[in-house]
Amino acid sequence: MSGLCNHALELTGLAGDPDSPAHRLDPRAKIVGLLAVTVVAVSAPLELWPVYIGCAGTLVAYAAVARTRPADLWRRVRVVLPLVLVLGALVPFVRSGGTTYDLGLLTAHEAGLRICLAVAAKAIIGTFSAALLGATTTFPSVLRGLEALRAPRLLVLIAAFMYRYLFVIVEEFGRMRSALVSRGYNPRNALQAGPMGRMATAMFLRTYSRGERVYHAMLARGYDGTMPQLVPLSFGRPDACFVAAVVLVLVPLRLIELAP
Amino acid sequence: MTCVVEARELRYRYPGNHDALRGIDLRIEHGERVALLGPNGAGKTTFMMHLNGLVIGEGELEVAGLRVGKDTLKQLRARVGVVFQDPDDQLFMPTVREDVAFGPLNMGLERVEVSERVEQALAKVRMLHVVDRPPYQLSMGERRRVAIATVLAMEPSLLVLDEPSANLDPRARRELLEVLETIDRTMIVTTHDLPLAAELCERAVILAAGRIVADGPCDDVLADTELLMAHDLELPAGFDLRAIRRRSRPQGAMVVHEHA
Repeated sequence: MSGLCNHALELTGLAGDPDSPAHRLDPRAKIVGLLAVTVVAVSAPLELWPVYIGCAGTLVAYAAVARTRPADLWRRVRVVLPLVLVLGALVPFVRSGGTTYDLGLLTAHEAGLRICLAVAAKAIIGTFSAALLGATTTFPSVLRGLEALRAPRLLVLIAAFMYRYLFVIVEEFGRMRSALVSRGYNPRNALQAGPMGRMATAMFLRTYSRGERVYHAMLARGYDGTMPQLVPLSFGRPDACFVAAVVLVLVPLRLIELAP
Repeated sequence: MTCVVEARELRYRYPGNHDALRGIDLRIEHGERVALLGPNGAGKTTFMMHLNGLVIGEGELEVAGLRVGKDTLKQLRARVGVVFQDPDDQLFMPTVREDVAFGPLNMGLERVEVSERVEQALAKVRMLHVVDRPPYQLSMGERRRVAIATVLAMEPSLLVLDEPSANLDPRARRELLEVLETIDRTMIVTTHDLPLAAELCERAVILAAGRIVADGPCDDVLADTELLMAHDLELPAGFDLRAIRRRSRPQGAMVVHEHA
């Protein structure tokens, strides 16, 4: 179980050089900049391939500045990307239109292939953007950035607690599972899944009462509804330059191609 | 000099008509270390929660010079530090630094002063080296000491510890005792660990079914085997109270006895 926790820790920790200019940027700048890359890529049709190259180039440059190793990035993106790509790969066989390619049992269509390529390009850029944000910004800093960018405070607070207690809950789940297995529980089919359901119920009740205890602990130290910040965020010249550079490179690229 | 805790006829009933406290009369003087003993369900935790205003019962309760009521909660929580039984309930922030800073920031202190208090409190519990680590990476003993630092940083006049030695291995327990003996504060320790009570506290109070059934010098209360047995408490087999060396107090600390 600790292996699972360690794996999760690895995925939420920093990668690359923690003192790099990319790591030192204000989290708001990184959220806005990398989100801009994703939005530009997602909004561009496949015909505007220079936009994709621009987005990919921006991400490669960012990764190089952050000195993140490709292997570290791959460890993060492989959690999501293969699933999206597999789903995208099914499209050529279900979406008809244009030239058809006979592959024996299956028939691929040109229109579907184009969609597949577009989905793959957008997914790769979006996933790598998120992975780079996670590799250069700690999760708590991302949350502070989101809060400063006026994301709903309650959602940010829920995400913060989820991050803090994820490991506690995973360990608790592991202990309960061990207790089941040690008493000979070895489900062979869906009909034997009942104890797992009851375990989930017990987990819910436990997390509920933990939530109450945590709230009491917060109240006991003077919590009045707002989470105080020890070190305020500061948006300086490098942060403004980063956001401006991303916007100045990608937005014109996106707009120029739209001109007739 | 006023006393730190004065309860008169304190009563509390949980929803469902379960009487948790049935008329508590207790007076604790400045500088005292009091062990609050009793079986599960005796009302120890409920009483502890009253000291911080987390629940407010009937009767009179004055803590740290304040009458406990909704209008005094903010000041009360700055003066009474409660360390909860499970450190995972107490440590809810992403890093140790932010967690220890949580209370002082809620008190409205300047960030420079908060930073100083964070370092002083962590140094006091010998945990300054983990200041930037997330709580879930610490051992249970380390978490417990950090949890104590989170309330020491608020510089309370009364420190309340709920089962401080629960789930600690012998080494972590010894380290905890070494830390607690250096803390110059009035202390109330709720515990089942009678040797810990004997080592740390000079006074013991036994709570049973919401009432105080014994109050006196710790050595006398713990030597009364029949009294302990009657309330589901017992010293470990073969334990010799006379062999216990009472933990010393920080230099200059003074107990003011005003009660008989």
